[in-house]
Amino acid sequence: MSRIEVIKPGALSLLQDRGRHGYQHLGVVVGGAMDEWSHRCANALLGNEEDEATLEITLMGPSLLFHEAQEIALCGANLSARIGEAELPMNRAVLVRAGARLDFGKRIDGMRSYLAVRGGFAVPGVMDSRSTYVRGAFGGLQGRALKKGDVLEVGGVPPVSAASAARLGDADFIEIHQPEVHAPAIALRTEGPAPVRVIAGQQWALFTDEAQQAFMQAEFRISPQSDRMGFRLEGPVLERRHAMEMISEGVAFGTVQVPPDGQPIVLMADRQTTGGYPKIACVASVDLPLVAQLAPQEALRFEPILLEAAQALYLERERALGRLRSLVRAAGEAQ
Amino acid sequence: MTSSSTPSSISPWHIAPVGDRSLIVEFGQAVEPVVNATVRSFARELLDEPIAGIVDVVPAFTTVAVHYRPEFFAEGASPYDVLRRRLDALLARGIRHHDEDARTVEIPVCYGGEFGPDLQEVAAACGLQTEEVIARHVASQHLVYMLGFAPGFPYIGGLDPSLAVPRRSTPRTRIPAGSVAIARDQTSIYSLETPGGWNVIGRTPLKLFDAVAESPCLLRPGDRIRFVPASADIFGNAEVAR
Repeated sequence: MSRIEVIKPGALSLLQDRGRHGYQHLGVVVGGAMDEWSHRCANALLGNEEDEATLEITLMGPSLLFHEAQEIALCGANLSARIGEAELPMNRAVLVRAGARLDFGKRIDGMRSYLAVRGGFAVPGVMDSRSTYVRGAFGGLQGRALKKGDVLEVGGVPPVSAASAARLGDADFIEIHQPEVHAPAIALRTEGPAPVRVIAGQQWALFTDEAQQAFMQAEFRISPQSDRMGFRLEGPVLERRHAMEMISEGVAFGTVQVPPDGQPIVLMADRQTTGGYPKIACVASVDLPLVAQLAPQEALRFEPILLEAAQALYLERERALGRLRSLVRAAGEAQ
Repeated sequence: MTSSSTPSSISPWHIAPVGDRSLIVEFGQAVEPVVNATVRSFARELLDEPIAGIVDVVPAFTTVAVHYRPEFFAEGASPYDVLRRRLDALLARGIRHHDEDARTVEIPVCYGGEFGPDLQEVAAACGLQTEEVIARHVASQHLVYMLGFAPGFPYIGGLDPSLAVPRRSTPRTRIPAGSVAIARDQTSIYSLETPGGWNVIGRTPLKLFDAVAESPCLLRPGDRIRFVPASADIFGNAEVAR
C-alpha cells in the first residue's frame, strides 16, 4: 500500500466522492465533490472506478509527499501545482517518483482542484460513501479536513512496479499517456460574469415580473458567506407577488431558492435534503461545475434553458466522459 | 413486520421537474396524516423495489422527491419524460399502504432548566404555567412526518395548538444534540449540534443519529412519539457536571 504524507494541509482539503446517495430519506446530506465533472475526469484519467474518492483542494493547496511512486491526475482549478520546480500538467495522468513533493501556489483560475490517485484513497466508507461531511464529522478521513502529519493510504491496486518506476529515469514525473488522452476540461473564465444556464423552478411564477426580469438579466455576486452548503448571491432583491407559506420538500444540487430577504441562494454539495423556500430556478447540471469554481466576490449571470435542452447537454457530456474512459482503457491495453 | 394490503387507488398526484436530475411527486397541499401516509407508502415502494437510475427518494410532508441519473432514462424521449411516465404508471396501479404506523417510540425528556432554556418564554407566550406546557406537550398526539434539515432530524406534527409559538426571531448559534424544540405546530429533536431557530424546551439523552450504526436513525417517518418527562439524572453525572 503506498502512502502520501501531508506536509502542509492547505486551506480546506477534503476527501470527496460522488456523494452519499441512498440515504437522503433519513435526512443524510449527499455531500461529495462540488465540481463533479473535474472529480470524475480525474478518476477517469487513471482508470479508477467512478466512486473513488479524490482530494478536493480549495484555493490554497496542500503540500504532499509521495512516499512511493504514484500515478496521479489533477483536474479543476489551476492553483499552480508543481512538483519540485516543474509545473504539474493538469487534466493528464502523471507518474510521480517516490519522494516527490507536490506543492501549490498562486490561483490562476477556479476555486477547487481535484487530485486523484490510481486505486483511490483507502478510507472506510460511511453509509456507502467516502465523502467527508465536516458538519456531521463523519466520512472521508475521520470526518474532517486534512491536517499536518496525516498519512493518506492508497488502496485498490498494487503499488507501481519497479519496472514502471524505472521509466521515470531521473525525472520527478512523466506523463503516462499520449497527448490525446486528456480530460475534456471546462473552461473556467477569469473575467466577466460567468454565464450559468438555469431551468425555471416550481415557484418561478410566484415572483414579480420585475424580479423575473432582474433574475435573468442582472449580475449576481457570490457572497463571502458562501460555503459547500450553499452560495449566497448578492444582487437585486427578488420580490414575490404575494406571501406564500411553503411546505418543506426535497431540494436538488443547484436549486436556487429565495428566502424572504429576496437574495437567492444556490444549493451546493452539502445542501440540506429538504428546504422550505420558494425555488425560482435550478442550475443546469452541466453548468454546476462552473458555479462550484467561482470564488467569493466573483459574478455570474443566469440564462434560461429548457429542461429538454439541459438534459441533452447532460447526456452529451456523459458521452464525452465515456470517450475518455475508452481512450484510457485502450492506452492501458497498448502498454 | 411490514404488512401490506392490496394496492389501493390514491387521490390525484402531480409530478414536476426540479432541475434536470430530480423531480417531485406531490400528493396534496395540506400537512395531514392521510396525505403523509400516501407519501410514506410511495417512498417505501421506491426504496424497497428500486428502479435502476434513481439514486435518492426523499419523502417530505406532502411530496416525494426523486433524484435520478438521466443517462438511465435516455431511451427516446427526454429522461424526465421517460421517468415521469414510469412513475405515473406505477402510481396509476395504486400504492400498497405499508403498516409502519404501528410503531410507537418513547423519548425520555428532561424539560426546562439548562436543558430547556426556552421553556419559560414559551409558557409566557402561551399564557400557561411551565408544568402545563409540559403536560400538554406530553399529551399531544405526535407523529413523525419526515426526516430532514440534518441527518436524523425529525419533523414531528400533532402538537397541541395551544402551544403554537413562532420560531425565535434570532436563531441560536449552537443547539446541543438531543434538544427537544417546538415551533408552530411541530416538535423536533436536534440530531446534531447545529444552529437553529426552534424553541428549546427540553433535552433527551437518546442519540437520534449515529453515522456508523447499522440503522443510523432512531426515528423514521410514520413513528408515533411518546415523550416521557424525566429528571436530569437520565444524563448521568458527566453530563450534569458539564
